Amino acid sequence: MDDPLTIAGREFGSRLITGTGGAGNLAVLERALLASGTELTTVAMRRADAGGGTGLLDLLHRLGIEPLPNTAGCRTAAEAVRTAKLAREALGTSWVKLEVVADADTLLPDPVELLDAAEQLVDDGFVVLAYTNDDPVLALKLEDAGCAAVMPLGSPIGTGLGIRNPHNVEMITSRASVPIVLDAGIGTASEAAQAMELGCDAVLLATAVTRARDPERMAAAMRAGVEAGRLAFGSGRIPRRFWAQASSPEPDADG
Amino acid sequence: MQITINGAPRQVPDGADLAAVLREHGVAERGVAVAVDGDVVPRADWSGTAVRPGAAVEVLTAVQGG
Repeated sequence: MDDPLTIAGREFGSRLITGTGGAGNLAVLERALLASGTELTTVAMRRADAGGGTGLLDLLHRLGIEPLPNTAGCRTAAEAVRTAKLAREALGTSWVKLEVVADADTLLPDPVELLDAAEQLVDDGFVVLAYTNDDPVLALKLEDAGCAAVMPLGSPIGTGLGIRNPHNVEMITSRASVPIVLDAGIGTASEAAQAMELGCDAVLLATAVTRARDPERMAAAMRAGVEAGRLAFGSGRIPRRFWAQASSPEPDADG
Repeated sequence: MQITINGAPRQVPDGADLAAVLREHGVAERGVAVAVDGDVVPRADWSGTAVRPGAAVEVLTAVQGG
């Protein structure tokens, strides 16, 4: 595998992690997932209807895409820990996208509850991928708590406002020892590329694809954006200059 | 006795264990997790776990999200 993403010792060929939320139906979701090239995608835990099937899990299994359960909707560490345990029981995975939000208007992470939940889940043997604010201090604390990946937001969930504080994201990536995944806020492919150029190891997005007019096409765009950004990040961009610098030779002297 | 399953009241036979309650409710064979009064009950323990009157049984599965 060329330039794999490695989280908790597991390698992924794709640096694009998707979410399944927001797709109109499973057929649309399937086409988008395939076009994205993702190998890991988030699912939520909710009440099962009596006799209800597990169409989503069957789909992911058929596509060979690993489900990553999240704790979306949890407001406290206790709720998030319980949801993670239910997900581990239902899906047979100890991986969890830890999400503890403070309020419905912002859906911003509650840093106190988040860190508490992360510590409890790590202690219990979970592989914790923590959704967090674009706060370099908290990012380091989550890493120190034993999170397998730290996932700062670009902007609030579902807003499509892109990366509002690229400098913070760059501070996070520049001193991290675990993978940094830009999670939330991406609206279009150039923003996915920007995340990778800022040194992120991967991008996680859902709404930008599933609620696009053409989810399959946008998924392909995001895949290309992530790949382009990763290549550019490793290629040593030119320094910014104030004045122009010709790239063609000087004009021939008049003979 | 009366319990709730996913918030809805249900009558189940007195003395029924969790496995019987879930079977009666048509719970899927895999891809689900069950909590009783907030505590996760592993599948291996469904059989033989007593259900008390008024118990709140939650059955969860993976749905689109995130």
